Amino acid sequence: MSLLIRSGRVIDPANNVDAVQDVLIEHGKISRLGRHLEAPADVEVVDAKGKIVCPGFIDMHVHLREPGQEYKETVATGTRAAAAGGFTAVCCMANTSPVNDNGAVTDYILAKAKVEGLVRVYPIGAVTRNLRGEELAELAELAESGCVAFSDDGRCVMNAGLYRRAMEYTLPFGAPIISHAEDSALSAGASINEGVVSTELGLPGQPAAAEDVMVARDILLAELTGAHVHIAHASTAGTVRLVRDAKARGIRVTAEVTPHHLVLTEDAVRSWDANTKMAPPLRTKRDVEALIEGLVDGTIDCIATDHAPHALSEKEGEFDRAAFGIVGLETAVAVVLDRLVRSGHLPLATLIARWSRDPARLLNLPGGTLSAGAPADVTVLDLDAETTVEPARFHSRSRNTPFGGWQLRGGPWMTVVGGTIARVAPR
Amino acid sequence: MGWTRKDLLSMRELDAGEITLLVDTAASLQEIASRDIKKVPALRGKTVVNLFYESSTRTRTSFEIAGKWLSADVINFSASGSSTTKGESFIDTAKNIAAMSPDVVVVRHSSAGAADLLARELPCSIVNAGDGAHEHPTQALLDLLTIREKKGHFDGLHVAIVGDIAHSRVARSDIHGMRKLGMTVTVAGPPTLIPPFVQELGAKVSYRLEDAIGDVDVIMMLRLQQERMTAGLIPSLREYARFWGLTLDKLARHARPDVLIMHPGPVNRGIELAPEVADGPYSVILDQVSRGVAVRMGVLLLLAGHKGGDGA
Repeated sequence: MSLLIRSGRVIDPANNVDAVQDVLIEHGKISRLGRHLEAPADVEVVDAKGKIVCPGFIDMHVHLREPGQEYKETVATGTRAAAAGGFTAVCCMANTSPVNDNGAVTDYILAKAKVEGLVRVYPIGAVTRNLRGEELAELAELAESGCVAFSDDGRCVMNAGLYRRAMEYTLPFGAPIISHAEDSALSAGASINEGVVSTELGLPGQPAAAEDVMVARDILLAELTGAHVHIAHASTAGTVRLVRDAKARGIRVTAEVTPHHLVLTEDAVRSWDANTKMAPPLRTKRDVEALIEGLVDGTIDCIATDHAPHALSEKEGEFDRAAFGIVGLETAVAVVLDRLVRSGHLPLATLIARWSRDPARLLNLPGGTLSAGAPADVTVLDLDAETTVEPARFHSRSRNTPFGGWQLRGGPWMTVVGGTIARVAPR
Repeated sequence: MGWTRKDLLSMRELDAGEITLLVDTAASLQEIASRDIKKVPALRGKTVVNLFYESSTRTRTSFEIAGKWLSADVINFSASGSSTTKGESFIDTAKNIAAMSPDVVVVRHSSAGAADLLARELPCSIVNAGDGAHEHPTQALLDLLTIREKKGHFDGLHVAIVGDIAHSRVARSDIHGMRKLGMTVTVAGPPTLIPPFVQELGAKVSYRLEDAIGDVDVIMMLRLQQERMTAGLIPSLREYARFWGLTLDKLARHARPDVLIMHPGPVNRGIELAPEVADGPYSVILDQVSRGVAVRMGVLLLLAGHKGGDGA
């Protein structure tokens, strides 16, 4: 099985490539890049003229909900959503039921992914048993089973002593600890950001400091232990500043930001739409500006969706009782292309790097490049595609998005995983 | 001008003309309370459902009396002893009630935004009777009616709202309503009970009771809930009463002689209000309660009228 992607504009940040080229894929690997490549026999040729050909996008922060919450999402539906959204790989968080805190659960997820997954699935193991923050999960076995990072995402490990030991224990595995930085005492009871909107709406808010104090703590623990700490879903100007300073001091800290924290502010909550409720909450314009600046200058290493599917019944009731989180896989690329790249805030090559090269490096994953011999994971973008977000047509099992009805220009056009086009029938 | 809204959800969404219309309508209905036969046929054949998810005596009774004096059929639904204890969701319960074709649903709920949610989901008119710490518009309207009766006007008056501003829906509705009618509002309390950016709502802030009550026409004292102490927002009720409780002595030394003392109730006697103040000559607390019925009559009339009711 061979595939020839003809005449697209190839942007491969890992190799500093930005040129119109053909990409030849053979045996599941990138075979060659060049102008006017000769088509081998039995090759499938795709005309990508006018399209952008990039290394496969990696979403390093999703919730696939399987095992245990299959009514929200499954490996099958979540990876379909990923393929439709232009992602060739996803990393799934550990807060399933049971929690992915031992090798058996990791094995189950990987087995499901092998049979039903449309894109690559890399599990993330829990840091603490049952995400309780009390004792370490079986971290060595998780690493051995294939977990690419460790995180209690959804909860913050409040016990700094235990977190320090987790960082030390995992040092030999070369896999980062991913921090959901939220001081639960400062965020107790909160639904949204603490600020003018929380005061106006009478909804309990959490200050930006709830995130910042934990980012500061985790940077200090990374310095103490030498561990690689990755800050999940950065949402504040304070986090950007702290991470920037830490990087300048040579501490091994990295960070990600979600599309929704890049394009929405707390003002969106005035709609009382529970699809504007997530953790961390939507913040202020000042925070959004700092996050964009951090993404552009490399303080923030990657974009990740924090795809968090929930059933309608968990989102349609009272705001303060609604579940936290939104889906993102099927809107992320289009939202960022339209609102950040087309508007001139983010160079296209930077977006591609932050979604392919940089997460691959950060997690030591294969891919992230179109070098000869690399896995043939390719994302092709169409910068002119005009779409209207229609949640009813999502491949995800859930519909909880704040972007319904948004008209967007630019989006994913084709997703290739291991040399095979991940075809998703339109819904 | 006429009333055009389907719902009454907040003071924030109203303009000065709409607020004045509501207050005027309430004022015109007040005399019904002094009639021998307290009944007018204005809402005959209309159905009002009181959907109360949070315990309330004053507000629920007030809406019930208002509806009955206007000849509406008033049904009370309270969350305890109903389908909610069987696990039915708020939205399902509300849709079931809506399926019985009420004209107005009056909702009280501990969650901010609950009334907005119903307004979006149900075809009938919704009255917000208090949603979490968000708004309580009929309370603000009865406060305004009481103030206008006692002071004769709104323009240029200065009101101090004292106490737990952060958790108070009354404070939010009062601030919006009073500001729109040209009044000055100062909120006062310990910093832990003042919400961030409250100045953006148009209020001034004071952290000393003696300063806050010095030059105002109205002092609105808010109820201090015991939970605030366990949440670490204040050290003790004793300390709160000492520094933030309104006593005759503080009034005599700092307040103007013609000041009005108001309170949305229920009063914690001896905490935010000394009994002699609550029952004293400055106090118009029971006037507020009487005006509450008139305000709710006015609201029901305008909302049901919006749907083609036969008017007053």
